[in-house]
Amino acid sequence: MHYMNQNDVSRRDVLRGALVGMAGLMVANRLSFGAAAGPATRPVAAAGKAKSVIQIWMWGGPAHLDTFDPKPEAGGDYCGQFTKPIETNVSGMRICELLPQLAKHADKYSIIRSMTHGNNAHETASYMVQTGRNAGERLVYPCAGAVVSLFRGSDAGYRGLIPPYVVLTEPQGRFSESGFMSNKYRPFATGGDPKQMPFAVEGVVAPGISDSRQLARRDLRNSLDTLGHAAAIDPQIQAFTATGDQAYDLITGDAGKVFDVSQEKDAVRDRYGKNTFGQSCLVARRLVERGVPYITINYKGWDTHKQNFQTMRRQLPEMDAGMSSLLQDLADRGLLDSTIIWWGGEFGRTPKVQWEAPWNGGRGHHGKVFSAVVAGGGFKGGHVVGASDAKGEEVKDRPVYPCDLIGSMYALLGIDGSAKLPNPQGIDTRVLPTATDGVKTAGILKEIM
Amino acid sequence: MTRFAMIFVLGLLTAWVGAADQGRDGKTETASVPLPGPQVITPFEAADVTVPPTEIDRLVLARLKELGVAGPPLCSDAVFVRRAYLDVIGTLPTADEAREFLTDRRADKRKLLIDRLLDRDEFADYWAMKWSDLLRVKAEFPVNLWPNAAQAYHHWILTSVRDNRPYDRFVREMLTSSGSNFHDAPVNFYRAVQGREPETLAQAVALTFMGMRADKWPADRLAGMAAFFSQVGYKSTGEWKEEIVFFDQSKALKGPAIFPDGTPAKVEPGQDPRRVFADWLLKPGNPYFAKNICNRVWSWLLGRGIVHEVDDIRADNPPSNPELLAYLEREFVASDYNMKKLCRLILNSQTYQRSSIERTRSAQADANFAHYPLRRLDAEVVSDAICQITGTHEQYTSAIPEPYTFIPQEQRSIALPDGSIGSAFLELFGRSPRDTGLESERSNKPTAGQRLYLLNSTHVQKKLESRGPLQAVLNSKKTGREVVADVYLTILSRYPTDQEFAAVTKYTQVNKPRDAMIDLSWALINSAEFLYRH
Repeated sequence: MHYMNQNDVSRRDVLRGALVGMAGLMVANRLSFGAAAGPATRPVAAAGKAKSVIQIWMWGGPAHLDTFDPKPEAGGDYCGQFTKPIETNVSGMRICELLPQLAKHADKYSIIRSMTHGNNAHETASYMVQTGRNAGERLVYPCAGAVVSLFRGSDAGYRGLIPPYVVLTEPQGRFSESGFMSNKYRPFATGGDPKQMPFAVEGVVAPGISDSRQLARRDLRNSLDTLGHAAAIDPQIQAFTATGDQAYDLITGDAGKVFDVSQEKDAVRDRYGKNTFGQSCLVARRLVERGVPYITINYKGWDTHKQNFQTMRRQLPEMDAGMSSLLQDLADRGLLDSTIIWWGGEFGRTPKVQWEAPWNGGRGHHGKVFSAVVAGGGFKGGHVVGASDAKGEEVKDRPVYPCDLIGSMYALLGIDGSAKLPNPQGIDTRVLPTATDGVKTAGILKEIM
Repeated sequence: MTRFAMIFVLGLLTAWVGAADQGRDGKTETASVPLPGPQVITPFEAADVTVPPTEIDRLVLARLKELGVAGPPLCSDAVFVRRAYLDVIGTLPTADEAREFLTDRRADKRKLLIDRLLDRDEFADYWAMKWSDLLRVKAEFPVNLWPNAAQAYHHWILTSVRDNRPYDRFVREMLTSSGSNFHDAPVNFYRAVQGREPETLAQAVALTFMGMRADKWPADRLAGMAAFFSQVGYKSTGEWKEEIVFFDQSKALKGPAIFPDGTPAKVEPGQDPRRVFADWLLKPGNPYFAKNICNRVWSWLLGRGIVHEVDDIRADNPPSNPELLAYLEREFVASDYNMKKLCRLILNSQTYQRSSIERTRSAQADANFAHYPLRRLDAEVVSDAICQITGTHEQYTSAIPEPYTFIPQEQRSIALPDGSIGSAFLELFGRSPRDTGLESERSNKPTAGQRLYLLNSTHVQKKLESRGPLQAVLNSKKTGREVVADVYLTILSRYPTDQEFAAVTKYTQVNKPRDAMIDLSWALINSAEFLYRH
């Protein structure tokens, strides 16, 4: 008899569903994957150089002048306090003086100084940068992470217990990551804070519940599962039991240990920086080592309308330590060749400093030109793509639109830009926009691929 | 032939001698409880229950006898009270409600409980939720009803269910209404679809009210039905997002209009063809209309349609028990399409009140209702139950920033008016996205993610530790046994067995008392017994 087939949940489905859906349950009402939507298509990405992406999302829009596009020649009203950019290990490539560690690794990354979309609102600019589409259209497209999750995730044979698209630690917010695609392509948001011990990954590590209590109450649960025992032959109960076993693989088994940074030497943790961003970089490295295809580090605090320079002095050293350690460790492990690092936010910031109150040395939103950094996975290091003008206000040279950068990543990942995205209305929707969509493009980043 | 199965229950071996044929020598049809006695599995079954057999039971048992399949005994009162609450009102009984029923000595207390539940406001909430899935009540993508219209539509459905509006009138209003989406709510039936072509409308009508998938019909059959909907017009007004649905005589009838049974229709000039269709569909004796709703209501209560899947009725997908379905249809039409009466008919049967614990696996038993089927609770029901137990609230959001998205704190999930308003919990547990109206859109499949959330999330831990009914029990001056009993009644709607009490006592002795009681609640919330209708 084949009655089991109707109701049973196969072990593979269970595996696939492990942490899926847990996302954002700590942040009320955000969610990664829906419960059980089946894929409309079975997309498979061709073998690309890149296997994983680590997206360092600079939430709020970091000042390009104070990071990777310094303009000391524009004068104090533009460069503010940062008048002495430093040389990197690539001749002629200068970056902000507060990034000395990253300066030692410039051969590993390239700077794009001519990112542009012209949009100055957080929501719509985030949408444009992360989807490569124009904002305000009828359809809401999925972001790059959801697209990679589609083509590199469980539909494409990924079988890890950790979901294919992980966000450290909170979802980016302000837009729906999966767009019109099923919620199952949303990211798993870890919650918690990796600088705390233990890192309370939602569902995996329950703070305040000791390991011994965890085991004791599991035994208690088993001894009180009276119906589960009485109806043990029922396929519904068997599916329930199987999912419980999978959950415990993450709670008490090895699978969840990927989040346990205490397994790293203290010196390593120090090098990354014992702050949320630094330890997130360390966790991201560990996730890439386990084959997780897309990790977003949602790095907040770059919307520096007020006191831009004080904020930069506080945050750039953290960014410098975490990101440079990540580059170095991935390179040392031979993983940088197959891992793309993408640094950037939704826009840059106004080059002219607003010294007056209430800003007191702040910078506003600036979508006309801003910077992004890419490394690894087939991107060449040590190059500067495009340029902004003398004051960092406009694109001077070789504009790069969001879809150009995303399209370049897809190319390196082996994701066909003309492939279909599953659309619940059956509308013909594709991975990348074409000329008919009215999206501006200046071509993918061939010069660094 | 005698089958034999061993079932291990909490360290006790309980042998059950399945006896498909014993005691069925001609008296089967009036048999009440099959084989009471030591075979009964406590606390889920009881030997001393008397529920009079009904015509439904005669028809079900006749079919089971033909197949040589036997079902388990009737469920215990503890199982029944929980089952009836969850099925009829989508709500967990409180500890007091469970206790009251369990101590009720009246012989017909099950029947009386069914009557009480059908009159509760939550009955309307819960069944309006089921209807809202089928009718795709959702403000945003892909049906795009818009918040005010979704609210109006839901309110109309809720009122219809609460007032027990005869089902044929309920459907007629949806099929034939004209007017504003804000003020004439049933017109939203024609808006809650992903396209407005006559074929799409016909498919929605066939799926919802005939349980049929017209997209698989031959082209001419679909075209014949689509003709009835070829003069549905839509126009906007000066008010933002208001839309009028009307009989648009400027459009030509895309004829010929042919009823789905192949009979050509006569549509007079100036006559709204939707009315012609409704007259045909709602006429007593129509082969599709009553069958569909009886089959659906049966499946809502018994977990599976007599025709399975319920929304895939076709000639080559016959009912597992045609006499049973025909009987329900006759009773339903004779009752003037009385929905509550139909529920009552099913709920009072032994078939509905049978135990869920099958002794041997049998696909035949499943398809022929030998036992009540185990089913994971609906997302909304689990959410509400956990909130009720812990005295906490769920937080809801909507993608559309509208005034209606202000949701009061006490809002229950089953009463959410709009599919666009949701919570992470509801998505994780597979609530219907309300995109297509197919019953399979709702997923009650367990996933490891759901288990992780309930087993180990800070959310659930915080809920268990918060000040609610559960904490009140834990903080009371009662004895250990009374506290454990209260926790059991609060979560599982029954008293603990001696074995369970012993296991809890042992746990309490080696753990901090307060932690132990929280862990007890945690363990019960994570049991199959809590998470499944059984």
